[in-house]
Amino acid sequence: MKIRIKFTKQGPVKFVGHLDIMRYFQKAMRRADIDIKYSEGFSPHQVMSFAAPLGVGLTSNGEYMDIEVHSMKDCDTIMKQLNDVMADGICVTECHCLNDDAKNAMSLVAAADYTVTFREGKAPADEKGFFEGLLTFKDQDHIMIVKKSKKGEREVDLKNLIYQLSVCDNKIFMKISSGSADNLKPELVMEAYDQWRGEASPEFAFCIQREEVYGNTGNEANPVLVPLGLIGESVE
Amino acid sequence: MKKLALSDEILLSIEKPARYIGNEVNMARKDTDSVDIRFGMCFPDVYEIGMSHLGMQILYDMFNRREDIYCERIFSPWTDLDKIMREKKIPLFALESQDPIKEFDFIGITIQYEMCYTNILQILDLGQIPLHACERQEGDPIIIGGGPCAYNPEPLADFFDMFYIGEGETVYFELMDRYKDNKKKGGSRREFLEMAAEIDGIYVPSFYDVLYHEDGTIKSMTPNNSHAKATVTKQLVVNMDDATYIEKPVVPFIKVTQDRVVLEIQRGCIRGCRFCQAGNVYRPMREHSLEYLKDYAYKLLKNTGHEEISLSSLSSSDYSELEGIVNFLIDEFKGKGVNVSLPSLRIDAFSLDVMSKVQDVRKSSLTFAPEAGSQRLRDVINKGLTEEIILKGAGEAFQGGWNRVKLYFMLGLPTETVEDMEGIAELSEKVAEIYYEIPKDQRNGKVQVIASSSFFVPKPFTPFQWARMNTKDEFLQKAYLVKDKFRTMLNQKSLKYNYHEADLTVLEGVLARGDRKISALIEEVYKNGALYDSWSEHFKNDVWLKAFETCGLDSDFYTVRERSLDEIFPWDFINAGVSKEFLKREWQNAIDEKVTPNCRMQCIGCGAKSFEGGVCYENQN
Repeated sequence: MKIRIKFTKQGPVKFVGHLDIMRYFQKAMRRADIDIKYSEGFSPHQVMSFAAPLGVGLTSNGEYMDIEVHSMKDCDTIMKQLNDVMADGICVTECHCLNDDAKNAMSLVAAADYTVTFREGKAPADEKGFFEGLLTFKDQDHIMIVKKSKKGEREVDLKNLIYQLSVCDNKIFMKISSGSADNLKPELVMEAYDQWRGEASPEFAFCIQREEVYGNTGNEANPVLVPLGLIGESVE
Repeated sequence: MKKLALSDEILLSIEKPARYIGNEVNMARKDTDSVDIRFGMCFPDVYEIGMSHLGMQILYDMFNRREDIYCERIFSPWTDLDKIMREKKIPLFALESQDPIKEFDFIGITIQYEMCYTNILQILDLGQIPLHACERQEGDPIIIGGGPCAYNPEPLADFFDMFYIGEGETVYFELMDRYKDNKKKGGSRREFLEMAAEIDGIYVPSFYDVLYHEDGTIKSMTPNNSHAKATVTKQLVVNMDDATYIEKPVVPFIKVTQDRVVLEIQRGCIRGCRFCQAGNVYRPMREHSLEYLKDYAYKLLKNTGHEEISLSSLSSSDYSELEGIVNFLIDEFKGKGVNVSLPSLRIDAFSLDVMSKVQDVRKSSLTFAPEAGSQRLRDVINKGLTEEIILKGAGEAFQGGWNRVKLYFMLGLPTETVEDMEGIAELSEKVAEIYYEIPKDQRNGKVQVIASSSFFVPKPFTPFQWARMNTKDEFLQKAYLVKDKFRTMLNQKSLKYNYHEADLTVLEGVLARGDRKISALIEEVYKNGALYDSWSEHFKNDVWLKAFETCGLDSDFYTVRERSLDEIFPWDFINAGVSKEFLKREWQNAIDEKVTPNCRMQCIGCGAKSFEGGVCYENQN
């Protein structure tokens, strides 16, 4: 049976990297007595995959992972079993049974929501001007950024990768492309803005939180973004 | 959730920030205002090393069972954070509460190896606690040291208020109760030290005066305070099953060295290898019952979710229920995605059978520790392993499909000759030859024999505590000689030889048998930047060499000097169970190349029987 689990990553555990979060959940499955499936072979490992790695330092209200189990009572029980053995800041908020032919979360990822706020003491003097500028920046026909990689510099247009960018109560909200095809990090959006306005934000200026991860149930031309928790759910 | 001691900016600019955030599964959480004693348990090395230490986990669990004590963990900040903390004057904190350690009542430092001594000063220094015990005031924490290096605490005497000699499960609670009593009645720091000095196993260095002869050896060491005992007796758990074990070990977020459940099956060793400090100071050997271990195996796997379980002890093959526990672990857990990791075992039919069950034979290797290259020298060190046993074991393993063997040796052992050294290469060659006796179509490619040698450091409370240590040049000459011998071997392409670093060994020798004068040396090197000396990338030998000069100390005095049988050693005030008379007898037996039987064959009157337990009383109801 395939199961999709949604969890949060809040507080100090934001400093635990992606690989260690995977190790953490492997141990958590055992502590919680989840009847998880193991792969074949001499050193079997749990059948478990994560939707999208989260960078060190980012918090999240919307992380997803898929597991396969041999048996289970129901989704609420799995949630309770796991939440009884979680570390502070990691909380399982949803659990869904998937159809047997459901695609795994990782392959579905198409977009993600983020909120971005200034870290304490890092806001610019003209905060209002900063946010106004950001909206003007967003409304350009092309949002260009020079990306530096090992192969050299190249210019990329972010316009089609930013689905939504708004500001409310000194908090930036962005819905941006994610996943294996066109992965856009929120940090890069802020960097593009800095490049555009010709002013650098201080180091570690932003607190970034992932809010939700989406799959695309439409097509490339007309995307329909649906939270991963609601894709492939089996109806009993 | 409590605020972290370090800002996001700092945590995002250092390596592995998860070392410093606490909050792991099974971490103890308490209201710091409602406890009477705040105890900081410190392992003076980086988190991944410290969190792999079983003893610390046992004591952490033990202390936190008491409601009036909050025990928290302290580790050395890695060099990147160390630099930032100095620049920004951030006080060292404990992981649980993230509070500065200078606010604590006790800092207990476990001292596992000599080369961590500079890290101890780092802990105190970053903790903003005066380095010297004599400079500490009423409000400062009591600094207490323990662990194997506390069997010669003298090089660290200036920095500690007290040492706990022996196993931690016995008198710590008594010490805590006296601390509370003293606090309640408004007693001073000094009054507490006096109360502590009366407890068996507690050593308060400031209550002793040491006088020296002109040649630098000790003339006398006598108490200068009526509360201090002339002899401090090591503490030990008499009945292992009565001692508390860990129920819920902390589960680190990041991968630590020992990322698994560890079951301690026994303490002590019956073998009596003459170079081995652990084998002497942990006498008598005491076992856990099979039922006790089974019970804890379930609990620990359930509470941690670890995917691996291993056994811990000296000479695990001597555990009388070994087959029982190993078969139990394999039968019970192997099918549940839990790996069983075996300790190093005597190679025989049983161990080969279980090894083939839990390891991939093609990828794993066999390990033998002959320690010396010839039977003569193995008799000197009382290592019971013979060439016949090694070759027979290797032969059976090769038949079973193994083709990799590791051999461990020491160079610089007392009475060592050229033949003994060359024996290292010859024994390795013989192991390879056994492999090639198997018909070509039945064997599994080439054999790989990896021999490694470390350099021998004489340790306190061993029969070799009188031994002269080699100089760095002697060590290296010996290693080159062995290397050259390997080049002449017929199967040299199947053999590999590695040897350890010599500079570090010399310093280890100085610190192991050092006296109080060494405190100044440790402080001098620390102030000149020595830190993480056990990490080769950070070890600064030149700083140490210069400090010997600055402090007017001669490393040869501690290492290569010949010691007479009536010399008073810095650690002689400790009763570690094994008597000095026994050690002298064994030193003589070593020189005479005479083997001493193990504890199960015959009691040889080492002195440990006085603890009234363990192997000394086996089969005597």
